[in-house]
Amino acid sequence: MTALSVSQRPGDPPAPRRRRARRPARGIVLNVVAVAAGLAAWTGLSASGIQGLTGPVEVAVRGAELIADGTLTADLLASLRRVFTGFALGTALAVPVGFLMGWYATARALIEPYVQFFRTIPPLAIIPLAILLMGIGETPKVFVIFLAAFLSSVVATFQGVMDVDKTLINAARVLGASDRVIFLKVVVPASTPFIIVGMRVGLGAAWGTLVAAELIAAQEGLGYRMQQAQLYYDLPTIFVGLISIGVLGLAMDRLLQLAERRLTGWQERR
Amino acid sequence: MTTKISFRGVSKTFALKDTDFLALDRVDLDIADREFVTVVGPSGCGKSTLMSMAAGLVEPGTGEILLDGAPVAGPGPDRGVIFQQYALFPWLTVRKNVEFGLNLAPVPAQERRERAQRAIDLVGLTDFADALPKTLSGGMKQRCAIARAYAVNPKVLLMDEPFGALDALTRVQLQDQLLDTWSQERRTVMFITHDVDEAVYLANRVIVMAARPGRVHRVIDVDLPYPRTEELRLSPEFARIRNEVWHSVYHQTSAHAE
Ligand SMILES: Nc1ncnc2c1ncn2[C@@H]1O[C@H](COP(=O)(O)OP(=O)(O)O)[C@@H](O)[C@H]1O
Ligand SMILES: [Mg+2]
Repeated sequence: MTALSVSQRPGDPPAPRRRRARRPARGIVLNVVAVAAGLAAWTGLSASGIQGLTGPVEVAVRGAELIADGTLTADLLASLRRVFTGFALGTALAVPVGFLMGWYATARALIEPYVQFFRTIPPLAIIPLAILLMGIGETPKVFVIFLAAFLSSVVATFQGVMDVDKTLINAARVLGASDRVIFLKVVVPASTPFIIVGMRVGLGAAWGTLVAAELIAAQEGLGYRMQQAQLYYDLPTIFVGLISIGVLGLAMDRLLQLAERRLTGWQERR
Repeated sequence: MTTKISFRGVSKTFALKDTDFLALDRVDLDIADREFVTVVGPSGCGKSTLMSMAAGLVEPGTGEILLDGAPVAGPGPDRGVIFQQYALFPWLTVRKNVEFGLNLAPVPAQERRERAQRAIDLVGLTDFADALPKTLSGGMKQRCAIARAYAVNPKVLLMDEPFGALDALTRVQLQDQLLDTWSQERRTVMFITHDVDEAVYLANRVIVMAARPGRVHRVIDVDLPYPRTEELRLSPEFARIRNEVWHSVYHQTSAHAE
């Protein structure tokens, strides 16, 4: 082969340069303003004497106490351990099962009725059954979280596999790719964005299920701590629990979002 | 001249909900080695189906397709296919896209890199070798797809309306580039288009197809010398052939009745 026309053509965009898009500073300022305004409103409301509503300062003090005596850390760890175990098991099973369902019509026909059926049952409704069958230890809680994560991830994965552009598969086949290569080099990367979206939904589901599971039967964990606080009319502790749950949930979602951006930055956004 | 691709009595029926749809009806067509054949015809006349069968992506219903005298059994790197929708792997850079086919063959790493680089240089994407497809214009994407096909050095190029989605200027540039490469390396090319000008400008022979059922309607020789130039495009001889092709594409009922 000889180089015939290496010059740049008139219609070509300029050669790409690596540049990190600058985050609009204005947005961050507005974020901070909004949070500050919210805290001020909260302070105002509690000062105006709504029955029993504690202010941010009290909550911060209680938070510091709970951190100092180790309770908050222990609760956080207990909750995180549950959610990660359930979530990891759930997605670890969901991804291969989702691929199986997307790739083989037989597997799809066999598995889909179960997935669709169990998806209509809120995972929390499984708790009574899980407790009867698995006792009141860690197992039923992890199981319910596992189920929540599995069900949302599996659907996303198999949708992703089914939606892989047939032209891409054909393009690989005409270059000589075997079924195995097509699966590993085309189907897996092409469905990654779907899988990650499924994981984000799954994590949300796992997180939501966790707290509820702990409200019902646990000896430690954020949900348990809030349940106890309710018995003793301990509002600051409840707020500390709520804020911890929110902050952790947000942090985990951001982490997955980061992974998403790294792994699926090749997507064309319209 | 030896025959490279041969369609022998090829028919294809698609089962629709309640009827069978005859998409191709007994197509006989020989494409010679190193020939540049273009296929035009109304939408739905089976052009893509015919090409997909040569590519090995679709099986003929009846009849057979021979490549170098042997029946086509599935796709293979001896036939490069270029799709209208580019079909680049969006998660791979231009270079990795071009290397995709080479990775599947027992090509040593060093040679793989060189061949990919040559193909990238050939289509003028040298400065974009490490760019992702999403940063490329339509014309550049198609050049990348062409480089990917060239890299595995196929004997046959099957192109399904490859320039159909591009603007007029880009299209003309890519036509000239394609002819340049073809005149140097002389692959056999089967090129589908709905653009009569493009069909005549590129081809040794234009295959005009008709619809319902899809079939070969007429074969028109293009007795114009290569290299084809701007001048030639404006010549009366070119106009005459183009009118002939145009007429047989757009007035098929009358042409058929003769
Ligand atoms: N897989 C398929 N199932 C059913 N009908 C099909 C299929 N592929 C093509 N057809 C039909 O066959 C005809 C020819 O299609 P195609 O080869 O794509 O035509 P062209 O490329 O000339 O526009 C069209 O009417 C199309 O709807
Ligand atoms: Mg077509």
